[in-house]
Amino acid sequence: MFDKFDFDVILRALPYLLRDGLTFTLTLTALATAGGIVLGTMLAVARLSGLGILARIVTGYVNLMRSLPLVLVIFWFYFLVPYLAQWATGAARPIPVGAFASALITFTLFEAAYFSEIIRAGIQSIPIGQQDAGLALGLRKLQVMAKIILPQAFRNMLPVLLTQTIVLFQDTSLVYVVSLPDFLGVTSQIAQRDGRLVEMYLFAALVYFAISFLASRGVRVLQRRAGAGGAGGVSA
Amino acid sequence: MDPRFRGEFVSYRWNWGILWDLSPDGQLTYFGTLLAGLKWTMLTAIGAWAIALVMGSLVGVARTLPNRWAQRAASAYVELFRNTPLLMQLFLWYFILPELLPHDWGTWMKSLRNAPLYTAIIGLGLYSSARVAEQVRAGISSLSHGQGLAGQALGFTTGQVYRYVLLPMAYRIILPPLTSEFLNTIKNTSVALTIGLLELTARARAMQEFSFQIFEAFTVATLLYLVLNLVVVACMRRLERAVALPGYITAQPAKA
Repeated sequence: MFDKFDFDVILRALPYLLRDGLTFTLTLTALATAGGIVLGTMLAVARLSGLGILARIVTGYVNLMRSLPLVLVIFWFYFLVPYLAQWATGAARPIPVGAFASALITFTLFEAAYFSEIIRAGIQSIPIGQQDAGLALGLRKLQVMAKIILPQAFRNMLPVLLTQTIVLFQDTSLVYVVSLPDFLGVTSQIAQRDGRLVEMYLFAALVYFAISFLASRGVRVLQRRAGAGGAGGVSA
Repeated sequence: MDPRFRGEFVSYRWNWGILWDLSPDGQLTYFGTLLAGLKWTMLTAIGAWAIALVMGSLVGVARTLPNRWAQRAASAYVELFRNTPLLMQLFLWYFILPELLPHDWGTWMKSLRNAPLYTAIIGLGLYSSARVAEQVRAGISSLSHGQGLAGQALGFTTGQVYRYVLLPMAYRIILPPLTSEFLNTIKNTSVALTIGLLELTARARAMQEFSFQIFEAFTVATLLYLVLNLVVVACMRRLERAVALPGYITAQPAKA
């Protein structure tokens, strides 16, 4: 069944696939993870802050994002962001926002909901006595959160956060629905241009698999090490 | 030209009445097409979930069997389906599988009337089965070792130990995460719009393209997804209560 398989088509497209496509995917993954964790932390802290209305709004946001398909959310932001930009800047008409920026905003806002749930669980896993001890030392509430609770919460949740990043990496392939040039997008472009769907899609699947598999192996090693030697001297 | 800004509008004009206008198919209103999409979403999700439960249980059990080869094969299965994006998997089933099969089979598959539906059900089902398998394995390993041994002491075969002792407990324990997984399966049906399945998100997108009423279309789709979510969570809570065993705290509320 592989007698007509044309490896050459992959080799010829390789520089374009990796330099443009994979770079887009990896950059989007890295920036959305960073943004998602920062925003997710703020959401988690706000939710646990005990400020009634704020906590309720944040809870609503997190639940809303988690109940919707990512594909629908991608469409939402793809069309909504230009209007939001118009509204924010007071411009006369919707402002076209670049493909990458649009995708980055979408994934940051969407994944923040998932990251916030992980971080919330991490915060709640720290015994309440630690907060009391911090307060007794004269630290303010936010200082206790930033210097005592969060560093431990992140360390405890590191494997889960990384696993979510792998999920995010796979999810970025969905920008295909708004025709962005991510790894899958450019692969599919070439596949259709050259009429070589079999080669290109199998190759893309292999690349996704290799990266996700190695990354999840890495997470497992990390998890085992953390489990065996206490925190193993890792400081978050 | 940027597809977002067809037309000369300066700011967005809301028009909720559009929902009751006839869609270009000439039979349903736009709202009717969205409901039809919801039906396809549910059909796909239920079909995929059936496959996910059966395959997930088999693979999950295999991972706990005292047989190294069964364990290895099962964990390879899980790794394979978990480490590629769902979109990629659907493309492989839909575009690539017919090309790799003998010519006649491939032609037959491509000529199937509801090919996107069947592909979505099977593809999404197998994708979700890997996640279900992980839950089933976790449920079985959370039981104390003595339960299996007690079953063996009663003279049960391995199959009977699973059927009568381990699985009834394991399923009850993993009911809340299974609910989350079913909700994920419902959400993931939208990925199948890339292979032409006319589910809810695809219908909202179509409505947006024909009517230019972007936000009405997406708002209604969003509300329909939320309602579906709430209904599923409510049903699963009832199921959890119905099957709960007195004396075991297994029913934690499912996450929406």
